[in-house]
Amino acid sequence: MTANTTRRQELLQGMRDGVPIGLGYFAVSFSLGILAKNVGLTPLQAAIMSLFNNASAGEYMGLTMMAAGATLWEMAVATLITNARYLLMSCAMSQRMDPAMPFRHRLFMAFDITDELFGITIARPGYLSPWYMYGGMIPAIPGWAVGTALGTLAGSILPLRVVSAFSVALYGMFIAIFIPPARKDKVIAVLVVLAFAASWGFASLPVVSDLSDGTRTIILTVILSAGAAALFPRKDGEGKEDGT
Amino acid sequence: MRIYLYILVMAGVSYAIRALPLTVFRKPIKSRFIQSFLFYVPYVTLAVMTFPAILDATQSPISGALALVVGLAAAWFGADLFKTAVVCCAVVFVLEFFVV
Repeated sequence: MTANTTRRQELLQGMRDGVPIGLGYFAVSFSLGILAKNVGLTPLQAAIMSLFNNASAGEYMGLTMMAAGATLWEMAVATLITNARYLLMSCAMSQRMDPAMPFRHRLFMAFDITDELFGITIARPGYLSPWYMYGGMIPAIPGWAVGTALGTLAGSILPLRVVSAFSVALYGMFIAIFIPPARKDKVIAVLVVLAFAASWGFASLPVVSDLSDGTRTIILTVILSAGAAALFPRKDGEGKEDGT
Repeated sequence: MRIYLYILVMAGVSYAIRALPLTVFRKPIKSRFIQSFLFYVPYVTLAVMTFPAILDATQSPISGALALVVGLAAAWFGADLFKTAVVCCAVVFVLEFFVV
């Protein structure tokens, strides 16, 4: 088998596995678009944001910061904190790269490290295939960007109740990310409960409730995660596999 | 213009986060604390962002609260990302026939 047919097979397999991801992204990013519209973005701006960020929680946080009129520095810190998990995924991927692979593939693969594409790419045995990951990106990237733009456009046409219903899609997705590991790991389960309680407390208490949503999220995330890391450090290897 | 600056900063930071480890670090992270911290970060962030914000996302906080409870249950019993999101939407859509 020549290298070219292998590449082609990898690409096609990636595209096949990427289709459900792209469809899911389309639905979920729709609600991100509704939020983008409320913050004052045009459909084009929303599409550009999604095209170059490919991050649900990160973009949600970014929009919250925009709405709060945050400084660019605050925006950078908020994005760094919210997307910190990609740092970990990227670390995990770096351990599975073929040393002989041309360097440019690392730059291209990095562009779309998301929970889902990371998940399908790292789940395959052996060295990671850049072509498989590119195949996954082909339906995923447009699904995410077009969905965001349409959410921004249609958010104003749709009845209020439909918009209201779509608005919880993102939260549903967040829940689906933190509940499965919380079910398996008591530390994460307790952290989630503490995070809910602390977040509610911060939103209602005097003084701290005056801070922006983004700042409160950063403070709570750093305190709770650092506390858990100090009290319950992960065993070797444990921190790398659960990123999906 | 301001919005494009925001998007530029977001995109730059997001890409740097994804590209740096992949291109620079060729060895596993040594510090167990940082490894553990990074492990916990996504779950804490997402939980903090979900509650109580979900209560304000809908027309009525009651439908937001029920969407949260049903979403938690659905994810607990194995619904994936997409299914959980759809179930939450459906709860709000149906409930707001009655409560709004």
